[in-house]
Amino acid sequence: MEDIVSRLKSGRVIVADGATGTMLLAAGLPAGTPPERWVLENPDPIRDLQRAYVEAGSDLIIACTFGANRTRLEQTGLADRLVEINQRAVQIAREAAGDRAYVAADIGPTGELLMPPIGKMTYEQALEVFAEQAAVLTQAGTDVLYIETMSDLEEMKAAVAGAQQAAPGIPIFATFSFDHHGRTNMGVKPEQAAETLQALGVAAFGANCGATLEMTEGAVTKMHEAAPQAALIAKPNAGKPHMVDRKTVYDATPEDMAEYAKKFVALGAQVVGGCCGSTPEHIRAISEAVRS
Amino acid sequence: MNDILTQLQEAVITGEPEQAQGLATQALEAGIAPLDAIDQALNPGMQIVGDRYECGDYFIPDLVMAAEAMKAAMEKLEPELLARQEQRQILGTVVIGTVEGDIHEIGKSLVATMLSAAGFQVHDLGVGVPADRFVEQVKEIGASGDSVPVVVGLSALLTTTMRNQEAVIKALQEAGLREGVKVIIGGAPANPEWAETIGADAYAENANEAVDVVKQLLEV
Repeated sequence: MEDIVSRLKSGRVIVADGATGTMLLAAGLPAGTPPERWVLENPDPIRDLQRAYVEAGSDLIIACTFGANRTRLEQTGLADRLVEINQRAVQIAREAAGDRAYVAADIGPTGELLMPPIGKMTYEQALEVFAEQAAVLTQAGTDVLYIETMSDLEEMKAAVAGAQQAAPGIPIFATFSFDHHGRTNMGVKPEQAAETLQALGVAAFGANCGATLEMTEGAVTKMHEAAPQAALIAKPNAGKPHMVDRKTVYDATPEDMAEYAKKFVALGAQVVGGCCGSTPEHIRAISEAVRS
Repeated sequence: MNDILTQLQEAVITGEPEQAQGLATQALEAGIAPLDAIDQALNPGMQIVGDRYECGDYFIPDLVMAAEAMKAAMEKLEPELLARQEQRQILGTVVIGTVEGDIHEIGKSLVATMLSAAGFQVHDLGVGVPADRFVEQVKEIGASGDSVPVVVGLSALLTTTMRNQEAVIKALQEAGLREGVKVIIGGAPANPEWAETIGADAYAENANEAVDVVKQLLEV
């Protein structure tokens, strides 16, 4: 496979994968068990899901490491297995991707407020946490570091800087979750995110998760205006969740998401996929829509 | 309104803890009653902050800083309240926590902070809180003889751990405590339908709405 930066430069769309968390729940992940535990103890459903995404048309598989930074693992009692979890998760994704898809390693938020003295974490501490995880992920052979679901500009900067320090030269993808009146819940505007991430030199950036497909569309539009040359990412939830028969159901169908994926591409997105609530069927529809 | 109180309210709205504390001291020195400072500056200030969050002018950092400013002012006003043997009116007691298996803290803590600023006594049990711990805390409040109404706030950010919101409600029922409390739930995957499904009294979308919802539940 050509390296992912050349692939981005070619202008062709990269179809990422869909949800991991909500799919593992459907596969029987027990309430409150972090998916990272399954990386160690029950990897088959993770690999099966990722294979299903490859079969559905994903060119990029995101390893199950969203919560595998030290701060999060400390809270679930898995911190002493940080290296093992991150290595193993990249291997699982690689097994599923084979030579058909790129592997991206997931870096999620610490869950702390970077607002000293009120928040418990400083920028420097966050940077260290992210650098530690990024170093392990890169050594494990990931193609991309994918920082996602960020709300806070400072934490995003710490994650990007940590990744750049620990793994110079590795391509970085970076996305915020826009879910409060078109901005992140910490108040970051899409255009501000675009300017910052462009200046930091990440390979691609955009929006994931978020409140609605419309809000992601709005964010991508503004990011494109602020950074017309940038390769953008749109990886939204399958609409809003609601309850049916005690089950969480996301209301966007594969067709809905495929329609939006076409819009995102027209607006400058080059990496499209799904977040919470999306399934291999959603990815199949997206893949068919953006390649036709 | 008195100039100092106008400025105090503004310090809350703009989230300036040091200014708010200085102005609280000035207010007391100028002979303003601490309860008046609370009712005429701090509470309406927080109300405006909440309104601004609701319409998208304010975001989480603004709420956090406003609550800090209020807290800083209260540090000066509270000793004076005590000295006068007065009390800020306590609207009710809230027992809040993120349910077992879930370690997400920011949203829950923000709800706790906003409720506290709005005049509720808040027992924040933290994150990953087992159902029994909620029951224990409700019992303890009952035993203390306070006749204030109790609200139990249950946060869950994950679709997996939402079910533990139901587990707490069941545990309260089994302990015979459900009738005596109101239960409010929140968190990204929760919604009014889920609240109804599991027998909670209400759902709130965010910290600001939580204050309004709890006030409505307790009719205060």
